[in-house]
Amino acid sequence: MELRRSWFLTMSDKRSTGFLVALALVAVLVPVLNRAVPSTSALHLSTYALTLIGKYMCYAMLAMAVDLIWGYCGILSLGHAAFFSLGGYAMGMYLMRQIGPRGVYGDPILPDFMVFLNWKELPWFWYGFNHFVIAAAMMVLAPALLAWVFGWLAFRSRVTGVYFSIITQALSYALMLAFFRNDMGFGGNNGFTDFKEILGFDLHADSTRVGLLIATSIALAASYVSCRAIVNSRAGRVLRAVRDAESRTRFLGYPVESFKLWVFVFSAVMAGVAGALYVPQVGIINPSEFAPINSIEVVIWVAVGGRGTLYGAAAGAVLVNYAKTYFTGALPEVWLYALGALFVLVTLFLPRGVVGLLPTRRQPSKE
Amino acid sequence: MLWSELQVTPRLRKDVQWLLLLLFVLWGARPVQAQTEQDATLQSTLGELRDADFPGKEAIVERLTKSGHPSTRAVLTAFFEDRLYYRNDNQTVMLVKSTEGDPASLDLIDTRTLKEAGSIPADQVTKIGTNNRLRRFLRTAIAQFGLSNPDASIRLEAVREVLRSLDESNIALLRERVDVETDPGVKKEIGIALALSELDSADSAVRLAAVATLRESLNNDVRNKLASMIEKSPEGTYAESDESVRAAAASAVKHIDQWRLFYSGIQTLFFGLSLGSVLVLIAIGLAITFGVMGVINMAHGELMMLGAYTTYVVQQSMPNYVGISILVAIPAAFLVAASTGVLIERTIIRFLYGRPLETLLATFGVSLILQQLVRSVFSALNREVKTPDWMSGTLQLNEALAITYNRLYIVLFTLIVFAILLVVLKYTRMGLDIRAVAQNRAMSRAMGIRSEWVDAMTFGLGSGIAGVAGVALSQLTNVGPNLGQSYIIDSFMVVVFGGVGNLWGSLVGGMSMGIVNKLLEPYSGAVLAKILVLVALILFIQRRPRGLFPQTGRSSENQ
Repeated sequence: MELRRSWFLTMSDKRSTGFLVALALVAVLVPVLNRAVPSTSALHLSTYALTLIGKYMCYAMLAMAVDLIWGYCGILSLGHAAFFSLGGYAMGMYLMRQIGPRGVYGDPILPDFMVFLNWKELPWFWYGFNHFVIAAAMMVLAPALLAWVFGWLAFRSRVTGVYFSIITQALSYALMLAFFRNDMGFGGNNGFTDFKEILGFDLHADSTRVGLLIATSIALAASYVSCRAIVNSRAGRVLRAVRDAESRTRFLGYPVESFKLWVFVFSAVMAGVAGALYVPQVGIINPSEFAPINSIEVVIWVAVGGRGTLYGAAAGAVLVNYAKTYFTGALPEVWLYALGALFVLVTLFLPRGVVGLLPTRRQPSKE
Repeated sequence: MLWSELQVTPRLRKDVQWLLLLLFVLWGARPVQAQTEQDATLQSTLGELRDADFPGKEAIVERLTKSGHPSTRAVLTAFFEDRLYYRNDNQTVMLVKSTEGDPASLDLIDTRTLKEAGSIPADQVTKIGTNNRLRRFLRTAIAQFGLSNPDASIRLEAVREVLRSLDESNIALLRERVDVETDPGVKKEIGIALALSELDSADSAVRLAAVATLRESLNNDVRNKLASMIEKSPEGTYAESDESVRAAAASAVKHIDQWRLFYSGIQTLFFGLSLGSVLVLIAIGLAITFGVMGVINMAHGELMMLGAYTTYVVQQSMPNYVGISILVAIPAAFLVAASTGVLIERTIIRFLYGRPLETLLATFGVSLILQQLVRSVFSALNREVKTPDWMSGTLQLNEALAITYNRLYIVLFTLIVFAILLVVLKYTRMGLDIRAVAQNRAMSRAMGIRSEWVDAMTFGLGSGIAGVAGVALSQLTNVGPNLGQSYIIDSFMVVVFGGVGNLWGSLVGGMSMGIVNKLLEPYSGAVLAKILVLVALILFIQRRPRGLFPQTGRSSENQ
């Protein structure tokens, strides 16, 4: 009942429909322009651009995960890059195992960096990663478990606001330092790269890239629909109540902690899946993905797009990253000025982000 | 022998100086002539080094030590440290000031006068090579020189050097010295060296006495030597035959080990304190901006970076006064960072009070702009800030405990900055205003305090202290555009750990984080220690969400 109502609400919301239609268009048009249009045509889309769009969509998903908890529940996590990277590392481990004997050292079991470190056998936590199902489970479980433990500890002791932000940042930083260590068994500062194939498809083939793009679009659409369903449900209202007046919600008898915990875990899983889709497209994962600055950047995407809207977060991620790609190529020295100024201007003058600039239609009062 | 000429007690030495002065006055021209003769010999002897093989070089060194030229010690030291070169153009042998970091041009020093003699591209000089054997030989030669140096600390160093490679000639040398030595510390050290040689004596009573002397040493070589005496060989015999000597040696080893452990504990504690001081220094500025004002200033690290770059600029503008430039840089860095802080506050932060998460985003933007600004002005490369002489070196308290001056100064510096800050907050009008506004803004305004002005000053004060911290950091790490980023998380952790809005909390928090980190390091390695400290802090925040010393009372509820 409950879910069906919120599903209905999702579909009846014009902006959501617009977002999903746009997403579907991308998922159809981009592969067509890449595969069907001859490369001589002006309309042809290069595989590079296609991969870039896939990458932006992963970022959009990550931004949406942050928006779900920040925009709707008031939890500002500066550690979402950690969940993103954990999902990415799980995918990376699967891809490393797929290389098999084609590595530089030709060891059928051990990835190159282990041979290089003179390890004799696979560490226990690498077992099973040659099966996609197990790896896929880990892409979800690893971020979920970390988020659950961390969130359970933090929310239970009522660590809120900036304190929560700072300790999530510390968590991400600690993980980055840990993954930089060779002893951890995740390739040290080089991380994983030089992947060959995924599910038997050659990662360098254009068709695989198209497949990944479509998979990412579907994942993004699914994320959007489920986030929308959550925020439109009664639970979503409780989340907003927590955001606006946490103590009052608690006094009214709602178990604030468990609401926060579950939405936090869900958001972490979304970030993890986004990371898992990101790695095969960019072809590398290393500890710098954990860097606290990455988490802050995600928050900026959300702020630029407009927090508390979900589609705004996705739009912000795409906008900022497109600008980044453009500026770092064309005017590298201007990029940081532009990004810095963007942060300042958006916080000062656009508290509702770019989607706040869209004309607002009069909404029928719900109360 | 050269050293016998200089073997004079201070009392006698004074007389000799008078005598020398008299001689100088009487035969004014004589020494100069002797000097030029000696110079010529030195140059020609050194010249032979160019083509000699290693045994040949050894012989030349032997002759140099006997030449009696005043710069012999410096030349030999340079030779030992691979700083002896000859010019490819005119074949003169020269000393090189430093070869650290493979510079493109080398600063030359004249061998005769030991004065600077310009610089030369590195490819126009050739190094005079050494091998291990020759270096060992050189080390002994230098030590022998050092034994007769008028400076007691150099003599002490020399005795320690000799102690590492005792042989017949050295022992004879030490025996000569022990009677004329006046400095108690050096005398004790010589006694230890002689006792070490007496361990090989055939008389067990002598050995027993030697062990008793060595008991008081902290030297690692001594400890190992004693330990080897009580070791059981596979055949069941001992290196030391006498049982009472063995027992004495065993107890001496234990005694030495205990003291060494004690001193290494103190050393670790001190390392921890100095790391903690750095943490406190980078955090107290933040304790003001974040703790008192509730602004999450992500640009705090960049304000420290500005302080470090100010140090660089000040040093560049007064290249001949490296020692003073650091002191000049402290107020300069404070002003630069403080005015930047006031600017940030007036243009951005004042619109965002009461919205801490928004200040985080905006100041993060500011930090990116500042980073890029520095990159545009100074380039992305690291800049080198020189360490003044009075800050380098070590304070050798004893053989098991050495404290580097820069660590010592950083501890002192932090404490001074902290004390000044406390005084400013407690006893000045500005401090009173700051505290009043932090506690109750509305009431302060009602009492006529210009809260806007106080906000700007508070932020400026916090930023200025970040700049001062930057001066200290310029001595510890690379001064580059990323300097701030690498410290920002640490400084936030210190403030949150200590308890927001509490300066003492930051002091205790930072110091304990530093000490715990250094205590863990020997067991876990530096990186893992840092991770463990971070994880411990995350867990600690769960137990006490408001830090070590939480703010109590009404104002805490609004945080």
